[in-house]
Amino acid sequence: MFVRTFTGMIVAVLSGGAVLAAPSTDVPAAPALPADQMTQAVKTDAVTIPTPGELFAALGKPAKPDWASRYRGPIAMNYKTRAQIALNLGGLIADGFIAVEAQDTQQVKNIGGDIVKLAKGLGVSENILARGNSINQFAENDEWSTLQEELEATQNEVKASMQSHRDQDLVILVSLGGWIRGTQVVSGVIVKSYDEKLGQVLRQPKLLEFIRSKIAQISPAMQNDPLVKSVNSQLIAVEQIVSKPFGQNLTLAEVTKLNTSVDKLMQEIQQKAP
Amino acid sequence: MRTPIRFCLTTLLALALCAPALAETDQEVAARQVALELAGAFANDGFKLRDGHWSGTLAPKEGKLIAVNLYAGNEYWFSAGATEKAKKLSVEVFDETGALVTTEKYNSGTKAAAGFSVINSGEYFIKVQVDEGEPAGVCFVYSYK
Repeated sequence: MFVRTFTGMIVAVLSGGAVLAAPSTDVPAAPALPADQMTQAVKTDAVTIPTPGELFAALGKPAKPDWASRYRGPIAMNYKTRAQIALNLGGLIADGFIAVEAQDTQQVKNIGGDIVKLAKGLGVSENILARGNSINQFAENDEWSTLQEELEATQNEVKASMQSHRDQDLVILVSLGGWIRGTQVVSGVIVKSYDEKLGQVLRQPKLLEFIRSKIAQISPAMQNDPLVKSVNSQLIAVEQIVSKPFGQNLTLAEVTKLNTSVDKLMQEIQQKAP
Repeated sequence: MRTPIRFCLTTLLALALCAPALAETDQEVAARQVALELAGAFANDGFKLRDGHWSGTLAPKEGKLIAVNLYAGNEYWFSAGATEKAKKLSVEVFDETGALVTTEKYNSGTKAAAGFSVINSGEYFIKVQVDEGEPAGVCFVYSYK
């Protein structure tokens, strides 16, 4: 498959008759990267944390889920704390990826509108308005692949705006909200159609470790936000579930446990305070 | 034809908006254009480009490791671009245990890429290195499907 891909790429990349190297294949060897180098690797929110779209792509090929059945009802648009808005914003962006997988124009437009509304609560909506319009346009034109990129670009724009407003503590909460919502959907699908390959998808200990390390770096005030505190404490158990040795898959019982845990987290995140 | 054009416009818009926010140097912005040009070729094959990227300046023989988390079942291409001062660039992939991953490779001067299908979910390390040339701006992006 990759040879075909590579050939297509050469044709596409060739411009002006540039000579390209032939594809080559590495020979697998004993551990080639020392542990101390791995610990010094660059880890950033924008590159190290995958999008919900990547997770859904991994699920979509073998499981062919009915994505529309994974929609949830509308969430509140007037949460009181910035932490809760940020977590829900991440969840909404994951909902956008679900709607894109379902190729549901109206749902994408609805979610795009909700993203803009929720972003207003954080004062980061200026550039997001233009993104909302782009999302609508791409949805109307059935440009589903472009929409995936646009959703991530929207998320990154929200995060960039947060950073410029000295709200960088919220950035990781947006990513976390997206991861929890994405994992809720994917674990729910896998529970219903489990096989060992699907059980492999959700193994991601280093990702959870990274997310938790980023939460540990946010301000004490934000860490003590009751919702952030609760979510963070529950992530310890979630990290244990997904921490299988490299190459091992999660069992059905573990995926079920994970689904129960992230369901509970999501309910807590989207619940409006009385 | 509309989608590639849109893709380019979206990419250029994102580049224009993100560059000031991230305070990238001119070298890094130029390197990102090269990386996006290479990654754009994969879009024609159904690969979706991540908006996030890493950029910086690398000296000859200096490698930069970037950690990514990949999902079993997906295919990935990791693309790097550099400014012209770099004469040869390379991209290698290592898994969570430190083992070198077998990949399809592409190298052409200031552009390099590595691609593979993931069997085991987990953390992977992408090593981008300027093999020959002078210190240069380098940018890394990746695509998936």
